[in-house]
Amino acid sequence: MELRSRIRELFQKGEIGSLIGYGRGTLPLSARPIFITEGGVDQLIFDITCGVNLAKYLLRKKPIAGQKVGIICKGCDGRAIIQYLTEGQLNREDVYIIGISCPGMIDPNRVREKVRGRVVTNYQMNGEEITLSGDGFQLTLPREDLLSRSCLRCRYPSPPIYDTFIGSPKDRVEIQDEYRSVAEIESLPAAERWNYFQSEFGRCIRCYACRNSCPFCYCDVCFVDQTNPQWFGKGVELTDTIIFHLVRALHTAGRCVDCGSCERACPMGIKLTLLSKRMEREVRERFDYIPGLSVEETPPMAAYREDDPQEFIQ
Amino acid sequence: MWQPKIIAFLCNWCSYAGADLAGVSRIQYPPTIRVVRVPCSGRINPIFILKSLQSGYDGVLVSGCHPGDCHYLTGNYYARRKFALLKALLEFIGIEPGRVQFSWVSAGEGEKFAQVVERVTEDIRRLGPARYLIKDHGAEVED
Repeated sequence: MELRSRIRELFQKGEIGSLIGYGRGTLPLSARPIFITEGGVDQLIFDITCGVNLAKYLLRKKPIAGQKVGIICKGCDGRAIIQYLTEGQLNREDVYIIGISCPGMIDPNRVREKVRGRVVTNYQMNGEEITLSGDGFQLTLPREDLLSRSCLRCRYPSPPIYDTFIGSPKDRVEIQDEYRSVAEIESLPAAERWNYFQSEFGRCIRCYACRNSCPFCYCDVCFVDQTNPQWFGKGVELTDTIIFHLVRALHTAGRCVDCGSCERACPMGIKLTLLSKRMEREVRERFDYIPGLSVEETPPMAAYREDDPQEFIQ
Repeated sequence: MWQPKIIAFLCNWCSYAGADLAGVSRIQYPPTIRVVRVPCSGRINPIFILKSLQSGYDGVLVSGCHPGDCHYLTGNYYARRKFALLKALLEFIGIEPGRVQFSWVSAGEGEKFAQVVERVTEDIRRLGPARYLIKDHGAEVED
């Protein structure tokens, strides 16, 4: 397996002192982040179950002088790292980015929807189709039905910066209707939009899996956890949950790289990227900024232009 | 006639002084606003606005110095970016566009301040009482 031999080589050459990568998870069709030194290389995997954004784990690593932390980076992990660099959260010298081309990751929620309670123990990919199998059943579905929605509209399958690349980098993909999900909602009248979001966020159980998996939710104390003042209630009352998600979308606006971690982590299958995608489009149209592409640019919410559009201000 | 309750976040240096000027000039405007004085429009966290809506205000008015006039030079430029996103997000989830309004009012524009309050009041009166995002703190007590 090229992945393992290349990583072993990096350890032997002393390029990296430790590595953040993916290992097999305990549940079928799942992967988990692993933190290894040379001895753990044989645990490494990379396939369509490796959706977790690894970038976040870099922030908790204390850098050791002369020992870079290697990290396996898909497009979105790499873009999150670039965003960290612009936000001053990371030193480029402390990280060794190992790029890898992403085939698109499956969304456990979409799988769950399709198999209806049956346990998937194995999967097989043949071209554009994925065959799921388990105890007494087999299900063949087109790839689009199981892939994370963020992956279906992903334009950057490979990280924009890297120190080494496993395989060959994929080019930027041109996507026509990147904001289709947002436009669909926008085409509804206001009252129906409200009803829609009410039914989506009404399911939220405030487990904060979205926040915990989000590479950009790294505040020491999140605003919902603050108690003095306690901004919003902590229960599952609809207004509190909606506002939690609104503020999270605002806090990650201009930073979110649409990795889709939040949506895949959500146990209730809420379409969380609708809000972040809406913000992404606004930032792009208004401030001409796409997160996670350039280390030099200042993040849009920490910058301004004197002639920013202000048609909404009297 | 139903009077909406509107919370107004006014920056200390321009809009608050503008409101003051409207007052000392005896300019009439509707008694619908509750003023919160903030040091700068850049101080206004979008959370304040959401919290106001949750607390049951029928409308929110945010006002600061004109671009280029900020006492702290750039506070209102940053604020403008935040407000643009908040406004887009609120409308996306179905909140009426007129509920949360933004304006620039300088210390010399007492007349304009009165007009802004009049216009915002009129808009919100047309929308009727707020229906979304409200948290009913009183319900349990009444029972």
